[in-house]
Amino acid sequence: MDELEAIKVTFFQECEELLADLEGGLLAMQDGNDDGDTVNAVFRAVHSIKGGAGAFGLEPLVRFAHVFETLLDAVRSNEVPATPDLVVTLLRASDVLADHVSSARGLGVVDEAVSAAMAAELKACTDPNAAPAPAAVVEAPVFEAAPVAAPAEALIGADDALDDDDLGFDFQPMTITIDEQAADVAAAAGNVWTVSIRPKSDLYRKANETALLLRELARLGPIEATLDASAIPPLDMLDAEAAYATWTVRLETEEDETAIREVFEFVDGDCDLEITRGEGLTPDAALAALLAGDAPAAVEAAPAVVAEAPAPVVVVEAAPEPVAVAPVVEAAPAPVAAPIAPAAPVAASAPAAAPAAKAQQIDVPGPGQSVIRVDPERIDRLIDLVGELVINQAMLAQRVGEYGIAPSSNLAMGLDELEQLTREIQDSVMAIRAQPVKSVFQRMPRLVREVASMTGKQARLVMDGENTEVDKTVIERLSDPITHMLRNAIDHGLESPEERKAAGKNPEGVVKLAALHRSGRIVIEVSDDGKGINRERVHSIAIKKGLISPELQLTDEEIDNLIFLPGFSTADKISDVSGRGVGMDVVKRSVQALGGRISITSRPGQGSTFTLSLPLTLAVLDGMVVDVAGETLVVPLAAIVESLRPKPEEVRPLGPVGSVLAVRDSFVPLIDVGLTLGYREASPPPTEGVVLLVEGEDGSRAALVADAIHGQRQVVIKSLEQNYQQVDGVAAATILGDGRVALILDVDAVISLRRREPPRPVEPTLIAAE
Amino acid sequence: MTRTVLTVDDSRTMRDMLRMALAGAGFNVVEAVDGEHGLEVLSAHRPDVIITDINMPKLDGFGFIEAVRVDDDYRAIPILVLTTESDPAKKDRARRAGATGWIVKPFNPEKLVDAIRRVAA
Repeated sequence: MDELEAIKVTFFQECEELLADLEGGLLAMQDGNDDGDTVNAVFRAVHSIKGGAGAFGLEPLVRFAHVFETLLDAVRSNEVPATPDLVVTLLRASDVLADHVSSARGLGVVDEAVSAAMAAELKACTDPNAAPAPAAVVEAPVFEAAPVAAPAEALIGADDALDDDDLGFDFQPMTITIDEQAADVAAAAGNVWTVSIRPKSDLYRKANETALLLRELARLGPIEATLDASAIPPLDMLDAEAAYATWTVRLETEEDETAIREVFEFVDGDCDLEITRGEGLTPDAALAALLAGDAPAAVEAAPAVVAEAPAPVVVVEAAPEPVAVAPVVEAAPAPVAAPIAPAAPVAASAPAAAPAAKAQQIDVPGPGQSVIRVDPERIDRLIDLVGELVINQAMLAQRVGEYGIAPSSNLAMGLDELEQLTREIQDSVMAIRAQPVKSVFQRMPRLVREVASMTGKQARLVMDGENTEVDKTVIERLSDPITHMLRNAIDHGLESPEERKAAGKNPEGVVKLAALHRSGRIVIEVSDDGKGINRERVHSIAIKKGLISPELQLTDEEIDNLIFLPGFSTADKISDVSGRGVGMDVVKRSVQALGGRISITSRPGQGSTFTLSLPLTLAVLDGMVVDVAGETLVVPLAAIVESLRPKPEEVRPLGPVGSVLAVRDSFVPLIDVGLTLGYREASPPPTEGVVLLVEGEDGSRAALVADAIHGQRQVVIKSLEQNYQQVDGVAAATILGDGRVALILDVDAVISLRRREPPRPVEPTLIAAE
Repeated sequence: MTRTVLTVDDSRTMRDMLRMALAGAGFNVVEAVDGEHGLEVLSAHRPDVIITDINMPKLDGFGFIEAVRVDDDYRAIPILVLTTESDPAKKDRARRAGATGWIVKPFNPEKLVDAIRRVAA
């Protein structure tokens, strides 16, 4: 059943949100914001998870959620105080609940022992006296009022039934034994019931309806209903809100008394109900029945009302089949006393029927929020198409340019407008797929709790910028690096509580996770207030492992970044937490594959900060198109500070091959892109080319030398790794307007390639082969 | 005549389940995410039957039912409440607020349609 499966998907999505709400609420409570709203929201989250889980028959999840919910219910009704200890317990319970959700989803398994222990703990918190919960109250009251059909009554009924059936016997003049006849009679008697209903005004106040009760009874078998209107007062004394009528119904049915009582389940207590077996006409009821036909005295006194109540006696035949959707039984009389009955159902249904909308339509739930859910594949397809549109538009612009059409001409202006529109479409489409990083961030508090307890550290997570938006494709890839950086921060960054105390710090360490937009990229920072990187140790380990040569002189920053080298691990022993066979080098590589960058800064004794920067989208890029040694390259605009033509006096040689450029008050290294990428073996003088002043992620600057600039363009990124292979110094490729493939420069990689270049008199093209 | 049912529930899953069951039975379904929203949708769509959850943000089920019952235009609309299990206290409170009947979760489509038939003219 596809639809049900789809709802199940929705359910698990909703679970994610509810679990996040739950955790957020509990964390707010931990910070002392336990106003009623928060507790209620926390309760509702668990309650909703339980409700949905019940609908899908996810038993273990329901059971655990129920125990959790019961405690939360006690907390919100102030039966159990929300102490800090309790909130910690609730947080742990929310983790177990999350495990149950994952398990129900088929992702992972719940540790039964942990779950059972948690459930027991929750129960103990709910009821400190730990008395086993009293057995649930059985819904007995419904049956209490049931009068036991006395044998005598049954007999009376039997006689009557016999009379009624006389006609039938006439047509069957066959000999039957007395025994058989007696059995038939008994059966017939058992099939006839007398139901007396005296509605109270409450019944109508709750929008119940005697006519509907009669209709329901009629579903059990043929009925004959008699209205006793004798109690209806004259009009001037009539209370419109009061109930006066009594109905007596003769019902023939195969069903038992329970089925009859079920009809009245919703009006239990709102009407006097008597159910007796057989034609049990009590003298009163019989009199009432007689009087009913003769009641006009009372009824005439209230002509206005009578108009709505056509006949006092109505026979409703057993409705043929499912009345469920069928229109109302026309004959159903409006009880005189029903305060609102005549007008209401009709009035309510008529206008509503007007739109007669198809049930399947997407309905807009009023003026409030409206949400449409779209298959992500459709959006991806749209984004692809818009990408093609961008390329096509660029191609068109280029072709038109080739014809030498003046920029002020109508055609050129029209093209400009087209370009703007294309760009707006692209932005809008990307915005559809943009999501706040919250979905990733919200998984982290749990991670921090778990890692802290595994490593014996005390850690508090502070998050910032959860609403920073980034393309969905990027979001999906953020989780792993953030997880790893956080683990690292707690495991390697934070000291143990004792060490922290000794160092005069709060025993509880603070780990900060922040997201922000910076120059067209998203930056994620993970910082801790721990001991910082032990540079001496990192340096010696790198030497010991043969990752660097002992003679190499490194700056502090370079030493810090040694931890990203493949094969580097600072932990003396491989801990459970960080030592999962994944080093920071793997994180770095996966980040780089996304066109991202990761770096670390550290201050001894004060902590470290990992900075991860990624493009906002993996789909498009604003770039500067340049020529280098006959090749066309694209330099990401985000990295370019300015472009200039160097004057001879600004270029200063440095060492045997290098040179620097004087830019205002500082010198920046000149890098010939053609040389670095291996396009040529000797650089032309920088003064003959164009220089792009670029800034790397870490803020370091460089001057890239190119032969010519073609201008600025938006390009659609095509992955080089997917279509070819990774190339150092190249981030990706794109297709230009004329259909040619151009490489997109990885500015940081180019800077660091040059930095890593040893003074190399022998092999100038070493890099390309690396 | 297609009848319109208003479902009021803060859980998307539950709204979807209700929609599936009700649409399958030929009802037109309109939805609201809490009691406050329910009152807005009520005036826009004039449903024949209302199905409401109890635990909701902003305005809970009890408050919603009471608000419907004091409005002369809507007080005759049958309201079914969703209760998670047969919680007698909650059910009683909903009835005092003016609920016409109730549906115990988890429900199957037959039970749901059955309950609507019992209260809907």
